[in-house]
Amino acid sequence: MRVSISLIIGSVLLGAMLIAAAVPDWFAPFDPLAFDYDALSMPPSGEHWFGTDQFGRDVLSRIIHAARVDLQIAVFCVIFPLVLGGAIGLLVGWYGGILDAVFGRLVDLVVTFPFLVLVIFFVAVLGPGLVNVYIAVTCVGWVPYAKLMRAEVMVQAQSDYVAAGKVLGYQMPRILLRHILPNAARPVLVYAVTDMALAILLGSSLGYLGLGAQPPTAEWGVLIADGKNFFTTAPWMALFPGLAIVLAGLGFSLTGDGLADLLAVKR
Amino acid sequence: MTILLQAEALTKHFPGRRGLIDMARRTPRPVVRALTGITLDIRAGETLGIVGESGCGKSTLARCLVGLHPPDSGAVRFEGADLAGMSGGDTLGFHRQVQMIFQDPYGSLNPLMSVGDTLSEALAVHNIVPKAAIAARVTELLAMVHLPPDAAGRRPHEFSGGQRQRIGIARALAVEPKIIVADEPVSALDVSVQAQIVNLLLELRARLGLTLVFITHDLRLVRHMTQRVAVMYLGRIVELGPTADLFAAPRHPYTRALLRAVPQLTPGMRGRDAAVRGELPSPLAPPPGCAFHPRCGIAEAGCSVSVPVLSERNGDWPVACFLAEG
Amino acid sequence: MTALLEVSDLAVVFHTKRGPVHAVDGLGFSVERGEVLGIVGESGSGKSVTLRAITRLLHGAEVTGRVNWQGEDVLAMDTERLRRMRGGQIGMVFQEPMAALNPVLSIGLQITETLIAHTQLDAAGRRARALELLDLVGIAAGRTRLAQFPHEFSGGMRQRAMIAIALAANPALLLADEPTTALDVTIQDQILRLLRGLVDDLGMALVLVTHDLGVIAETCDRVAVMYAGRLCETGAVAPVFAAPRHAYTKALLGAMPGQGQDALVAIPGMAPRLDAPALGCAFAPRCAFRLPVCDTTRPALREFGPAQSSACHAAEALAS
Repeated sequence: MRVSISLIIGSVLLGAMLIAAAVPDWFAPFDPLAFDYDALSMPPSGEHWFGTDQFGRDVLSRIIHAARVDLQIAVFCVIFPLVLGGAIGLLVGWYGGILDAVFGRLVDLVVTFPFLVLVIFFVAVLGPGLVNVYIAVTCVGWVPYAKLMRAEVMVQAQSDYVAAGKVLGYQMPRILLRHILPNAARPVLVYAVTDMALAILLGSSLGYLGLGAQPPTAEWGVLIADGKNFFTTAPWMALFPGLAIVLAGLGFSLTGDGLADLLAVKR
Repeated sequence: MTILLQAEALTKHFPGRRGLIDMARRTPRPVVRALTGITLDIRAGETLGIVGESGCGKSTLARCLVGLHPPDSGAVRFEGADLAGMSGGDTLGFHRQVQMIFQDPYGSLNPLMSVGDTLSEALAVHNIVPKAAIAARVTELLAMVHLPPDAAGRRPHEFSGGQRQRIGIARALAVEPKIIVADEPVSALDVSVQAQIVNLLLELRARLGLTLVFITHDLRLVRHMTQRVAVMYLGRIVELGPTADLFAAPRHPYTRALLRAVPQLTPGMRGRDAAVRGELPSPLAPPPGCAFHPRCGIAEAGCSVSVPVLSERNGDWPVACFLAEG
Repeated sequence: MTALLEVSDLAVVFHTKRGPVHAVDGLGFSVERGEVLGIVGESGSGKSVTLRAITRLLHGAEVTGRVNWQGEDVLAMDTERLRRMRGGQIGMVFQEPMAALNPVLSIGLQITETLIAHTQLDAAGRRARALELLDLVGIAAGRTRLAQFPHEFSGGMRQRAMIAIALAANPALLLADEPTTALDVTIQDQILRLLRGLVDDLGMALVLVTHDLGVIAETCDRVAVMYAGRLCETGAVAPVFAAPRHAYTKALLGAMPGQGQDALVAIPGMAPRLDAPALGCAFAPRCAFRLPVCDTTRPALREFGPAQSSACHAAEALAS
């Protein structure tokens, strides 16, 4: 097992985010929703490390509390498309034929539209809010998972260990689920972790646009949207949530790279 | 002698690839003629060699025999019963009797499963031994292929090519088959390791009374291991006879060429005249008549017109050549 | 007369993350004009690495020792001299012609490139020479073939085309790395006969690397047997095959099927690790003739007869 530097750095970043999400009150110095009219739009100081916003709320505390929401977005925006796309890819890759032809056309249709535009369309139809974001992302985001899973399944299905299973008379579900799936799923899972970095960005973007998490819920995209009006006078309001997004994205990307090396199937 | 496994007029074609331009021109889809009318009886207890060069269909035949490819026409029969007519329990029974060893020691084992799990799975699916006895049986199987008991806990990547081939053999033996089809089982291995696996197969054949179908491109191995041999060329059997006699007096010009082309261990100058001229034709477009006629040194006009069938032709064993009378 | 190519004390070390890998260790052999030397060994024996080290085609490896090409030290050559030697005086043929040929250039162009690099011929002369080369390697319909691309050639024809390119500049030595391993047996036979015929007609020398002792027996004048990067035995083909003086050569011959023997004599164990070279003989752990000295002292190359030498402590015991 080779544990790479990127995996170590990545998991430290994600670990920090996970702890912040689990027990934000241990770290947040203030109540994230408490107004303090004596300290409006204060720059970073010894008391408020990342400064305060226009209502005197502590930016650091809001960022820490937002971690839970953003982590949830990262995970759910990937898990649902992963499960749906993975299942579709598994069946299409195994059965092929007409199923594969229909799948190909459907994929062509979905990838014609830019990802974000399509997601915004769905959210606009369903209405803003996190649940609807998950539904929209699942409707659009299953495609890359299905394509990747289909390709992996087709490769594995050709391999001799699968032939050996057939010669031993194993039933189709056993071959598909016990032999092909674990081998085909590894690269898909690695891709999923990397994809979480993009999901964080997506969630923040939608929050920024007012389509994702709704105020007063602290969410990094929402925090940036709040801070954008004060960018010239109080840049810390938008800057530090932005930094949080960068670090979280970096954490997922590095972890993904590290896992790719670690989980590479040894032959 | 009882016939265990039979191929009866097996034909298997695979659709080839066709480019966009060909589709637009409505060119018919090309067809790889992997097997054409193969009839072959495998007798209980014998070791039959199937030998030929690339594109001759030997691997396709192996896969048809074990039920991996359904034939386009013709039948595979085990102890007289047609494989295509079997269902459920009968099919499982067929798979228990007819096992396969693969060429690629790297691709033929599930890389994520430990050796013990791979063997236990086969034992459990076929109810070979009671659940409680599976672990002990795994150890026995490993001992049979000369691997230590602790191999069960390890994954394939921890083994060398030769050891993996042993694991593949143990997996095939797990279900206690009557017949094993070995598709180029040693061609990916170095000579020194190859000899280990060959000796192991011969030892197991004698000990378990196995029937063995040994598929290879290496005539030296066929001579060493088999009692009967089928020589294939471009999807057909061209000669089928007792190994020793056939090697001593080959009847088909292709068999003769093949034997002459094999590198011998006796030092001496290779002459200038090649054993056979020309290239192997593509199975996409086999020559008309006898597929070997463009390369044959003795071909006559008739050879390019009609296909010679495999028959005795006044000799001791069948051959598919018009000019092999007597 | 000095030898065409003389290699002495050649060592190749790959420095990997897990430590040095000794791919070739203390190797010495020579190639005379007009002879065919076969280098035989199993995977990991260093036979292919040796060919690449001789022509300095190895990157990221530490190569030491002496490689003497017609009196010149190859390991000290500058880039320009090296360029003229490779392809000009030494031609090369590889196992996978499809990987060695450029898929997007016609065969004619690939031959012409070599001619431009190594000869003074004008365009008409190059075309004439290209046709002559195709004829020499047995490719019929040369005019049509010159305009074709590698994918339009079959495996055997590609290997012939590779040989034509290698011969373009009239090399004095041809290095062939497993040239027939990827080919069918009837095609292998054609290519080996072609190579042997070219050696006899053109008077060039050939080094043929292979894992198949049968290929060596029928095609080569002399043989060098390698194991774990070291030279086991070298000599004329006839005495080495008749009475091997190295335990590994003997074992390898015994493991070859098709000699009418009752049982193959397998070599137990597996190929040695090259990251921890043996103190004594590298073959000792698998050897049937192992002596106490084999584990502690590396055997020196000793002569047995006029045309055979071997590095084996048990050489005398093998004869009986």
